[in-house]
Amino acid sequence: MYSEEVLKKLYADMILVRLSEESLVEPILSGDVKCPVHLYSGQEAVAAGIGAVLNEKDSAFGTHRSHGHYLVKGGSVKEMIAEIHGKSTGCSKGRGGSMHLYAPDKGFLGAAPIVAGTISLAVGAGMASSIRKDGTVAVSFFGDGAVGEGVLYESLNLAALRKLPVIFVCENNLYSTHLHISEIRPNDEIYKIAEPFGITSFRVDGNDVLEVYEAAEKAVEQCRNNNGPVFIETLTYRMRGHVGPDDNIQGTHTDIRPAAEVEDWRQKDPIERLKKYLLENGVADVEELDLIEREIQQEINEAYVFTNDSQLPPKSELEKYVFSK
Amino acid sequence: MPKMNMIQAINLALHEEMEKDETVLVMGQDVGVNGGVFRATEGLSVKFGKERAIDTPLAESGIIGSAIGMAIAGLKPVAEIQFSGFSYLTLGQLEGNAARMRTRSRGQFTCPLVMRMPYGGGVRALEHHSESKETYWAHTAGLKVVIPSSPRNARALLTAAIRDPDPVIFMEPKHSYRAFKEEVPEKKETMEIGKAEIVREGSDLTLVSWGAMFHLTKKVVDQIQSERKVSIELIDLLTISPMDSATINASVRKTGRCVIVQEAQKTLGPASEIIARINDEVLMYLEAPVKRVSGYDVVMPYFGREKMYLPTMERIRRAIEETLEF
Repeated sequence: MYSEEVLKKLYADMILVRLSEESLVEPILSGDVKCPVHLYSGQEAVAAGIGAVLNEKDSAFGTHRSHGHYLVKGGSVKEMIAEIHGKSTGCSKGRGGSMHLYAPDKGFLGAAPIVAGTISLAVGAGMASSIRKDGTVAVSFFGDGAVGEGVLYESLNLAALRKLPVIFVCENNLYSTHLHISEIRPNDEIYKIAEPFGITSFRVDGNDVLEVYEAAEKAVEQCRNNNGPVFIETLTYRMRGHVGPDDNIQGTHTDIRPAAEVEDWRQKDPIERLKKYLLENGVADVEELDLIEREIQQEINEAYVFTNDSQLPPKSELEKYVFSK
Repeated sequence: MPKMNMIQAINLALHEEMEKDETVLVMGQDVGVNGGVFRATEGLSVKFGKERAIDTPLAESGIIGSAIGMAIAGLKPVAEIQFSGFSYLTLGQLEGNAARMRTRSRGQFTCPLVMRMPYGGGVRALEHHSESKETYWAHTAGLKVVIPSSPRNARALLTAAIRDPDPVIFMEPKHSYRAFKEEVPEKKETMEIGKAEIVREGSDLTLVSWGAMFHLTKKVVDQIQSERKVSIELIDLLTISPMDSATINASVRKTGRCVIVQEAQKTLGPASEIIARINDEVLMYLEAPVKRVSGYDVVMPYFGREKMYLPTMERIRRAIEETLEF
């Protein structure tokens, strides 16, 4: 029921995100990368499933934890690694860093770390689409923490009112920074916040890439048919700390999630689940999947060579880019 | 040349730019069908349709956030905030996204939007409806802050703001909206953002002001010059940021004396920056300390006591005389 091409793309995208993220662990711990980095490991199915139904003209907006969104939207891995290292060859020429990734030619119109900070930007891109009638869709990725911010509700209202082609994707990984969802919300059914606005909303298993993909297909079809926005809550879990590999800020350890809970989610690893599906259904064999992985690892290794060969932005450019001239 | 007031001139600029460029649109509370509380957007909905004169819910952060999204998607939104006091809710969007989009993306993205809003006192309102907080925006690298003072320069500067590739905060002195009319050329006109205007040349003292205060200041200058032989150079700042200190400092170098009149609170108002830049470059040419006439460091009083806050002709006159006689 899924084409072989789609299934292999989903697998390759998730591998690309996972291996990129894990490649950053050592540079973060060694201090090569000093700026806070929020790793996406564990949540790959959300980015991959949504990204697979979008084209380059569709726009996507992200958050502080957006390496995955950038990559599945087509952003270059070597420009991302260079950007995180602050090099002038990065996707924002070493000015933005991990939390400000951009790939305008691929429709990734930007990540920003202020929680809920880009949701209304996606609504604006949706308004531009509806004014131009160009059939494009705007996707807003945000986390469960953003559900506490007022601008989300302003955005839902405006998108519903004007039937805008916007897909709101809430990645509920159960923790906003370090607070469990039960500490910050009276109930845990986030998708229901969109219902009073008349927005089609549902919840999916965010660690099942096929379930995410199916939801995304439905959502994008509804948007392209001008039938208004869609809200998808994806239940998922980050396998790394809120920030850095293990919340190890200045030698401290603040990942206080119960070890049993982490282990429980490890058993639901989205990549292992798809791998099992591919093997059991004869879509691919072990050798083929290994080859995909090796090729991607090679691409990432090259990204580090590229990064090491790159320079920091020139000092003379300090005042550049504040205004057009 | 037709005579018009500032609101009519702003309305004219919006009509002209929307006609010229189909990516230009207006959005905000009541800007569409109603035509805006001060009537700045009157007629746009009828002429250009609801898709380009967009009525939005009351949601300042959402309005400006959406405007940013539209701007980076290639449109040129002109968003209206009904009173500048409501714009504080947009600070997160403007500081967090619009102002730094160009730097953050190293020029890949620009954010060509205009946030228009009436500001300032003298209309017998209350705190949020009367304040002059241009400093908030001027303190943010990446935002341009423009304040017109007359119908003619309002039309020319708003046109320039809409065409500008960077985000512009366009603060309209609402006390001047209907205070007077002046001739506005039928031919389209723009002015350069970032340029102060020497409205009258003089050699004894430099007077800098902007917005509604400019007219009050000009009145005092006219009065003094009718009484005694003194030559005052009158500068209308027009752009708060980036600030044209070249024009001001060249003038102070010539006159050796300077008075600044601002409606904003005293502490860290634009006058503070003007004085700092005079110190940086032309201190040794000064014949007297630079004086500023400003509001006070208080919450803008309710209408009954509004006049206690605002600079008066008497305070301005005293500052000029003390500076001349120092």
